[in-house]
Amino acid sequence: MADSFSARIQEIYHQESRRVLATLIRLLGSFELAEEALHDAFAAAINQWPGEGVPDNPRAWLVSTGRFKAIDQLRRKARFDVSFEEVADRLEAELACEDEAPQEIEDDRLRLIFTCCHPGLAPEAQLALTLREVCGLTTEEIASAFLTSTPTLAQRIVRAKAKIRDANIPYAVPEGQELQERLASVLHAIYLIFNEGYSASAGERLIRQDLCGEAIRLARLLCQLLPEPEARGLLALLLLQDARRRARVSAEGDLVLLEDQDRSLWNRERIQEGSNLVLQALASRRFGPYTLQAAIAAVHSEADNMEATDWHQIVGLYDALLVRSPSPVIELNRAVAVAMRDGPQPGLELIDKLLAGGALSDYHLAYAARADLLRRLGQTEQARSAYRRALALSRQGPEQRFLARRLAEIDTE
Amino acid sequence: MKYLALVYYDENLMAQKTQQEWDALNQECIACVEGLSESGHFITGSPLMPTSAATTVRVRDKRVTVTDGPFAETKEQLAGFYMLEARDLNEAIALAGKIPPARYGSIEVRPARELVSEGNQAGGDAG
Repeated sequence: MADSFSARIQEIYHQESRRVLATLIRLLGSFELAEEALHDAFAAAINQWPGEGVPDNPRAWLVSTGRFKAIDQLRRKARFDVSFEEVADRLEAELACEDEAPQEIEDDRLRLIFTCCHPGLAPEAQLALTLREVCGLTTEEIASAFLTSTPTLAQRIVRAKAKIRDANIPYAVPEGQELQERLASVLHAIYLIFNEGYSASAGERLIRQDLCGEAIRLARLLCQLLPEPEARGLLALLLLQDARRRARVSAEGDLVLLEDQDRSLWNRERIQEGSNLVLQALASRRFGPYTLQAAIAAVHSEADNMEATDWHQIVGLYDALLVRSPSPVIELNRAVAVAMRDGPQPGLELIDKLLAGGALSDYHLAYAARADLLRRLGQTEQARSAYRRALALSRQGPEQRFLARRLAEIDTE
Repeated sequence: MKYLALVYYDENLMAQKTQQEWDALNQECIACVEGLSESGHFITGSPLMPTSAATTVRVRDKRVTVTDGPFAETKEQLAGFYMLEARDLNEAIALAGKIPPARYGSIEVRPARELVSEGNQAGGDAG
């Protein structure tokens, strides 16, 4: 009996704790107070529910219990510091005159995301705070995922919360032009969380895969709560990248390039969902860079191999992407696509022009791409020195092994 | 809530403006202050003379030392300030975005704290 109750409470904690927290933050106006209230509410549930039964609406019960517990807490503190008295009075007065609209509660989760990803906070603080407050990961888990010590990460979270309080960062979803600007921070934070889980090769693997899952969950939540095409574009991009997870690393843990991936390992369900989302986002005509990157990934996903890929379309998408967010790395990717469409020589000329510009002269992948095209043109000696350069600049284990393998292949050719 | 918007720009670059460009910018700033005053957001503010007119004062071991120039050598220099009344940081950011020199340099937005005799903590961090 007790076991089934604790399992039920566990389940409710898993489903509801983040929503309850988001609402308590709005009602209490403080992250710290809301977290204490959340714990107090669940402690009360563990005491009361086995005797009284689980309430019909556990979420509403937890919110109102948390609220009462917070007022109690403030009254106790007011014995030592009168300034808490005022806050307690205000909260009690608010409690007396209100009926909770269910819509508001759903919006609380969105408010929490926007607060945690406010551009007034440093990017690493945005990530840590989002994973802690919105996803409910522990400080230890986040620290291990970002390869920092727990005290450093805890400090980062404390400072971010202090800034939210002191600078009065609002607990609100902005509107109009401001929404577009703030949304960019939210999308960027979710994208960085995903990348941390997807491309890092060091650290606790399990937690890092969890980060991909959390990023996808956040992007899904954002799409549900906010009808913005670029949010769909981001979700599509994450799904399409995640679909290749099993194919992009070999059994030995080495990186497998797109052209060498076993495409039967790709997750077709995710690809289907991602492709549909891309089409919806593109149809809105209010899409941005994430949608375009997702569209490129979708075109790759449609093809059975490199040769069957629609390179015309990919080059066109890169052109559109360069208009919206010009960057030398995107130009490099475009050059590789041009090489696939028109042959190695025109691609090589584009890469050489980019390298002469200087922006990519320390970027190992620029030399790796150059080396690959030279190899295909039969200019072995030049290809070899480009691979060496790439290897010298690379800092990631699997990438270094890949480049070393290519270099060895050339030597035996 | 009060926010101080500190206006920073590169003095050397601004000195290269023609008289006409400089006048146009100043007229824009005057209009900006009028707009902020009408909407009730402007408390006080002032442009500053260049850092070449600045003198820095320190007290060390009870002795006052005086040096020429601004406190620190940076790429951008403090050029003026606006004390604003805003609902929250989002509103303060929106108001700061209207300050014309934001196009050339940067505007640092800092919440003002109340000066009290006890209970304040250095860094404003009350835990």
